[in-house]
Amino acid sequence: MMGRTIFIDPGRCIGCQACVSACRECDSHRGKSMIHLDYTDPGMSVASLPSVCMHCEDPVAPCAEVCPADAILVTADGVVQQADTTRCIGCSNCVNACPFGIPKIDLQAKLQMKCNLCYDRTAYGLAPMCATVCPTGALFYGTLEELQAERPGVQVADSFVFGDVVVQTGVAMVVPADKVQWPVPGGLPVVEVNGVDVR
Amino acid sequence: MTATDPAKAASRPVPISIDPAIAPPGTRNFRDAGGIPADKWHADQNGETLVPTHCCFCGVQCGMYLRVDKGGKVFGVEPRNHDINRMRLCPKGINAYQQVNHPDRLTAPLMRRTRDEEFKECSWDEALDFTVSEIRRIQGAHGNDAFGLLGGASLYSEKTYLVGKFGRVALKTRHVDYNGRLCMVSAAGANKLAFGIDRAANPFSDILLTDCLLIAGSNVGECFPVMTQYIWGARDRGASLIVVDPRETAIARTADVHVAIKPGTDSAFFNAVLNVIVGEGLTDEAYLAAHTTGWDEVKKTVQDYPPARSAEICGVPASQIVQVARMFAGADKAMAFHARGVEHHSQGVENCLSIINVCVATGNLGKPGAGYGTITGQGNGQGGREHGQKSDLLPGGRSIMNEEHRRQICQIWGIEESELPLAGTSMMEMVWQMQRSEIRGLIGICNNPFVSLPNYATVKQGYDTLEFHAQFDFFLSETANNAHVVFPVTVWAEDEGVMANTEARVVKHNKAQEPPAGVRTDTWVMCELARRLGVGDKFDFPGSREVFEELRIASAGTVNDYYGITYERLEETGGIMWPCPSTDHPGTPRLFEGGKTFHPDGKVHMQVVEWHAPMDPYTEEYPLSLTTGRTVAHFLSGNQTRRLGALVEQTPRPWVEVHPSHGFRNGDPVRVVTRRGSEVFPALVTEAIRPDTVFIPYHWPVPTSANALTIDALDPRSKIPEYKVCAARIEAAERVDEVPAPPTAPGHEAYPETQVSRTDPLPPTSPQGRGTAERS
Ligand code: SF4
Ligand code: SF4
Repeated sequence: MMGRTIFIDPGRCIGCQACVSACRECDSHRGKSMIHLDYTDPGMSVASLPSVCMHCEDPVAPCAEVCPADAILVTADGVVQQADTTRCIGCSNCVNACPFGIPKIDLQAKLQMKCNLCYDRTAYGLAPMCATVCPTGALFYGTLEELQAERPGVQVADSFVFGDVVVQTGVAMVVPADKVQWPVPGGLPVVEVNGVDVR
Repeated sequence: MTATDPAKAASRPVPISIDPAIAPPGTRNFRDAGGIPADKWHADQNGETLVPTHCCFCGVQCGMYLRVDKGGKVFGVEPRNHDINRMRLCPKGINAYQQVNHPDRLTAPLMRRTRDEEFKECSWDEALDFTVSEIRRIQGAHGNDAFGLLGGASLYSEKTYLVGKFGRVALKTRHVDYNGRLCMVSAAGANKLAFGIDRAANPFSDILLTDCLLIAGSNVGECFPVMTQYIWGARDRGASLIVVDPRETAIARTADVHVAIKPGTDSAFFNAVLNVIVGEGLTDEAYLAAHTTGWDEVKKTVQDYPPARSAEICGVPASQIVQVARMFAGADKAMAFHARGVEHHSQGVENCLSIINVCVATGNLGKPGAGYGTITGQGNGQGGREHGQKSDLLPGGRSIMNEEHRRQICQIWGIEESELPLAGTSMMEMVWQMQRSEIRGLIGICNNPFVSLPNYATVKQGYDTLEFHAQFDFFLSETANNAHVVFPVTVWAEDEGVMANTEARVVKHNKAQEPPAGVRTDTWVMCELARRLGVGDKFDFPGSREVFEELRIASAGTVNDYYGITYERLEETGGIMWPCPSTDHPGTPRLFEGGKTFHPDGKVHMQVVEWHAPMDPYTEEYPLSLTTGRTVAHFLSGNQTRRLGALVEQTPRPWVEVHPSHGFRNGDPVRVVTRRGSEVFPALVTEAIRPDTVFIPYHWPVPTSANALTIDALDPRSKIPEYKVCAARIEAAERVDEVPAPPTAPGHEAYPETQVSRTDPLPPTSPQGRGTAERS
């Protein structure tokens, strides 16, 4: 399935925000972090979950699809780039289209910014900053085979359901083994997908 | 500039790993940026250089590169594939470089003759001359011991060696101690008693080989984040995880057993665990017979701690005690790690001993994947006390009260034995002596007791009573703000030196940038003061390298043997673990192989432990336990991290963690009252803490200071303060006080980005999101 990409394992995340700090250090958007750290059960548990751009594949990146200025490019290797500053008009369409809430608008500059899988690093064979530093391996960069070689039996999912839309992503999520056959529900209550009951 | 050429770094021999076959899962060898050819990455980066070094903060000592621009200035960080961390860094490490050219840096000495005056920048000569004349005046009138010296465990080992020598040879005072006293001295004391050596028994990589991992009183996820890769690695290989902690920390969340113990009851718990192990016949009798003394007494004592009794004391189910005992003793190989949670107690040494007893009784020692370890808080918490900075120690861990040891050191230092002072008192005791005017002058180097010592009112009073106070620092800390003279010194990236991490692995930090004009190294300042005090011949050290050469010789033949470690070897390897007696010795990653300890009889001296109640009694008025700790974004007294924008944004202010049963809502102002005082914090309401316990992170000064409330009771042996438990009550308050901005020196501007959150008492946003149920 997927090639070299990020795998997110919320079960390992300790909420340290090293990924957030590391993201700020990336030369393509220095000083700003493109990672959100979410808390899944606040007040009850310390569980947390990092969200990076999922680099949607199917349907082709919703953010890029809705961009009226054709500013968001998708590379041949499936990386959804941040908006081209010479084209972006800061209209926020991408923000509204993204099912994962990833793109951000710099309101002063009227420009969109988002995670571009550290293209400035990956192009040189370096892993993205967030996955490089994550102390727990909750963010892992590599192939599925490499992940499974190090974490025997680990299962991943790369499809998410939003209402009646299934989004296939380039970035994958580590899931409990019995959940893998179902797409990971994202946001809305899910009843069925493609005629299959996924409750 | 002595920056190491990255091309040269890349062509170096492959670092010697503890066991090359072992790497924590999830830490694949990402391509190391240091190996990128200069024409690619470096060309893109405008000719930047990557200087290999280590993080300046915690005891993990992660490797990193500092990015240095064409003008020789540090401007960024790049992960480094070092044996310890394999590219991993925590947010403190990622942001550490921002200290180097921070606008708050002190760049000229500050001076005032009385505390009523404002600080004024002055010349180095003025500051040094005034300091020397005050030393002379105070010592002339009240004796040498009226002047004290307090060092720090974030200093390079060379500098800690120099602190010990400067105190005894130049100041000729017995009152030398350091802030590692607040860190892991309880573990050090316990290890010395049991094994005759003071360090963790195993390298990190052994964690990956264990079958059962017990972590007591250590919030690894926040305090030592990069260590978690080893813990998850062990989990991936099927190891079970036991966490003993009053809070459900990130590590506890995924543990097989989380024992939410009542603060201050650790030894009762571990005695009961040993009781069950004995009762169920799970001890390793062959190991005990061959390698230990004192087992019979220990065995007899733990009979008094049946699970039912300890369950009552510790506030945990007795069944959990049995479960922990079976899991730990039933595993093929088990390891126990502990940190400040068990060490910061008036029976800190005993707590550590009770854990050691469990390891030893089950034969879990000296084998891959079996052993114990304490996790050091400060970068050089381990190395900082090995070479004579502690009040009772001389270089090489020698005892200052031992005739033979004194003779050896006097020979190396070239002084008469009669000139060498005897042991002094500990850091907290020195503050009490200041209150009584027994100590009238003080030099502090790299410490910030105004935030880090317990019972702030006492500390403030002690320091205010001082007739003369000088402080070395690179930012004006809360403590430096009380001084008469402040010497502006280098940050870690402006000098070279070694640190010993939690594993006792000595690593070398390299110089990445020249210090700003007006800033000197701590080494230079100490040597210059010594020269002006008339002992310059004994302090002829142009730099760290020369100090290290003397340190190596001074440690030769001791337990803490550094003789075989050289700068060159450290540059070629991923660090060397002492003891390392000769330059062809590979170092000693794992202690006690074959069951031999460092006591003359080669045995483990098991020690009887009885549980005592904490020093601050609970009453109806003070029914709760207050416990303190760290957050992942801040380091110790926060003097460094409270100025870095990203870290301030991540955790702008402290909070009090309370259980929902107290009826507070998230963000409510809550007054925490102890016998020392009261402070108001926003509530962070969470199920992740015991109902009878409240928690406050301690990185902030008054009026939002945990240490205004904690008790200055000490462990009688290690003299560590009882930070982790005191009696408290909570009540509703009107409003939360503002978080004070760190002081800035005249002529310096505070870092603009860090101002964002300071004046704005936000509801708590714990990095862990524990209490953010009603997040706005
Ligand atoms: S760095 Fe890793 S462990 Fe830390 S918050 Fe990010 S994903 Fe979680
Ligand atoms: S603070 Fe500790 S864990 Fe974080 S980067 Fe520095 S050495 Fe590593």
